[in-house]
Amino acid sequence: MFRYIVRRLLQMVLAFFGTTLIVYALMFAGQGDPIQALAGERPVTPAQRAYLTETFHLDKTGVGGFFYRYFDYIGNLLKGDLGMSLTQRKISDMISTAWPVTLKLALIGIAVAIIFGVSAGVIAGIRRGGFFDNATLLLTLLVLGIPTIVLAPLAQYFLGVKLGWFPPTAGAQPSFYALLLPGIVLGSLSLATALRLTRTSVAENMRSDYVRTAKSKGLPQRRIVGVHVLRNSLIPVVTFLGVELGNLMSGAIITEGVFNIPGIGFNLFRGIRTEDGPLVVGIVSILVVVYLICNLVVDVLYAVLDPRIRYV
Amino acid sequence: MQVRRLAAWAAVPLVATLGLAACGSGDDGGSGESNPNATVSIQIGEPQHLIPTNTTETSGNQVLSALFTPLVDYDAQNKPYEVQAESIQSTDNTTWTIKLKDGYTFHNGEKVTSDSYINAWNYGAYAPNGQGASYFFEKIAGYDDLQSTDPDGEEGPQKAPEPKAKTMSGLKKVDDSTFTVTLSAPYSEFKTMLGYNAFYPLPNAAFSAPGVIKDGFEDAIIGDGPFKMKGTWQHDAKVEVEKYDAFPGEKPKVAGVEFRIYQQLTAAYADVISDNLDVVPTIPTENLTSAASDLGDRYQQSPASSFQFLAFPTFDPSFSKPEVRKAISEAIDRDEIIKSVFKDSQQSARSFVSPVVAGYRDNTCGTACVFDPAKAKSEYTAAGGPAKIQISYNGDGGHKDWVDATCNQLKTNLGVDCVGTAEPKFADLLDKVEAKKPVGMFRLGWIMDYPSMENYLGPLYTTNGSSNYYGYSNPQFDALVKEGVSAATPDEAIKKYQAAEDILANDLPVIPLRFGQNNFGYSSKVKNVEIDLFQRVNLTKIEAVS
Repeated sequence: MFRYIVRRLLQMVLAFFGTTLIVYALMFAGQGDPIQALAGERPVTPAQRAYLTETFHLDKTGVGGFFYRYFDYIGNLLKGDLGMSLTQRKISDMISTAWPVTLKLALIGIAVAIIFGVSAGVIAGIRRGGFFDNATLLLTLLVLGIPTIVLAPLAQYFLGVKLGWFPPTAGAQPSFYALLLPGIVLGSLSLATALRLTRTSVAENMRSDYVRTAKSKGLPQRRIVGVHVLRNSLIPVVTFLGVELGNLMSGAIITEGVFNIPGIGFNLFRGIRTEDGPLVVGIVSILVVVYLICNLVVDVLYAVLDPRIRYV
Repeated sequence: MQVRRLAAWAAVPLVATLGLAACGSGDDGGSGESNPNATVSIQIGEPQHLIPTNTTETSGNQVLSALFTPLVDYDAQNKPYEVQAESIQSTDNTTWTIKLKDGYTFHNGEKVTSDSYINAWNYGAYAPNGQGASYFFEKIAGYDDLQSTDPDGEEGPQKAPEPKAKTMSGLKKVDDSTFTVTLSAPYSEFKTMLGYNAFYPLPNAAFSAPGVIKDGFEDAIIGDGPFKMKGTWQHDAKVEVEKYDAFPGEKPKVAGVEFRIYQQLTAAYADVISDNLDVVPTIPTENLTSAASDLGDRYQQSPASSFQFLAFPTFDPSFSKPEVRKAISEAIDRDEIIKSVFKDSQQSARSFVSPVVAGYRDNTCGTACVFDPAKAKSEYTAAGGPAKIQISYNGDGGHKDWVDATCNQLKTNLGVDCVGTAEPKFADLLDKVEAKKPVGMFRLGWIMDYPSMENYLGPLYTTNGSSNYYGYSNPQFDALVKEGVSAATPDEAIKKYQAAEDILANDLPVIPLRFGQNNFGYSSKVKNVEIDLFQRVNLTKIEAVS
């Protein structure tokens, strides 16, 4: 197991540099005029243009320029310096303020998905074909069908503004309570998928031989479901949730915008809109690391859930 | 000067009129008593910069208006009056003597002196500092010596040499409270310009060495205004300011202001209707229809300086005849589009300068802006207008709806084929226009820097105007604007400007379409909310209701 983890960590280094190179190349290729993008519809004065061009090495163009800027970036990165965004703020500062709030949001989302999704999925799986099962199937279908861009403002309007149960926006230093509504909105999509995955998996396992054996041995239902069925059914769910945590971290763009949370998603969106190469690559690099770690954790969890799975 | 950012979201729709609400300027929001110990919160976007000479957008400008006092401000007629300046005088419109009022101090206790102004302006004008508003100083003598041109162009390997000088020769200190500004040419409205935020002073504490601003000063900026910074600028979150007790000018009626940074106006709007935020200076388009029922009389309008128009590429032979341009203008029903697309949130434009400047006259465009489809069609055919018209716009600014509506009107009324073409970003549109690629007609917008007819006529229509992207050139027009600039008094200047505007009605290089309005809303916890021509909340008027 230890050797496996070390090998995976080494692969992560490779994946990290590979992805940053690709993302940097894409940003570079798609770059029009970042200085103008920064200024919006206002023309940029020659003095300011000259200043920004020099500061960000934007005069280096073409293939040679790409490698110059990429190696400049990587060189600084290895020294622990993520560089400056085109807005002339340190990217490390931007990420360190944006990160915690997005992480909290994602954790609430994933917690909602686990608590409600998995437990409802188990109940629906056990009572397959029953009223609860059909009702949840219909509800999840509805949730999966509504995109976040519709769901988030609706939740904000009805639960936040009209009923006043939650604050309509969360802000930069939100309380747990203020983050709850955006967290639920963010987690609702994973919740629906997790519910359906769990339900199918549980329903299938309920019909398997070992459950019949356990029943015939006279084990109580609680133990059959809680230990035997759940353990086997959770493998696909854990895979899904592991990858989903990474998704939630980056996929919070819409939710963060609607609830005014200046997190990673918002910064990523701003970076792409203003063609801010260093900022986008900086955030993506970190998201890559998050994904890789999540995947590693998922793989290790497999072995815990199913002792037959062993890594050499 | 330059096209101010008509930010995508601000450009089109933000402004709605409810015909009946007819611009009462924020009287009361609630019936409660004013509470001078309370703070109010105002929505802004993340400012790009907070150094005055580098601030060219509304959000930064709003924050600076709390932290600084301008030399002049504008009265109800949009004419300048002295605020921090005791007097601003000139006998020849070239050399201006500025006397400062006594008693103003920066928030660190430093006295505001002529040096505070001279140092700040020199810093702003010095090209290597890359300040966004440096062009405001170009009328001052010696500005050119602070610039330098790259010998082999921007793309070349050589760096631009250091400019010849670090300070402008036109700025001279007389004593601690007096300095003179010499312009490179006479300019009768120099005093009007001084109200812009680029002309704020900076304390000595801002500089770590002469001409170098201290690291971190921008995040905890020290000004001389009615409010001082509380803590530091919390990026993407908020900027908090509190009352500065030693402020000698008109005292604000609240203890402090929290400028809360929002990424989306809709979020701010949701907060205002649930009383979590006090002022949203622009109501998002999506909510314009429901704003009246959500906010009642806390939903208001006030004039804004924005001006939207369609430009003709006058270098393109198919649009080179003024008759063709007039016919197209006559085929557009402005009022219909404002009603159907903008829900009456803007006003139709039939002049080339905004109603907010002194010297504005209604309907200077004349018959060319009167909707008359029959006449338009016969004139268009007679003049031999092109059978296919293209209207280009930037797709990120919400312009699609009105461009398509305009195209449909041209199709119906002129019998031509018309397509709206979206460019991804405004920069892409400008690139194509500057390269004289066939873009057809294209949309542009303008927000003024300071209230003067010159600020519309000069940049937009003179031959070398900074935002004259359509290649319009008329020597007679240029001469009249120039005469206006150097006229002896502002009133004489206005006469020249008006004569110049009359030429535009004949040549019609652009079709005026709409004038903007501020559409704002506030919570039940504040009253006396006013939004000025620069989309800023008036911080000395606003009151908190307890």
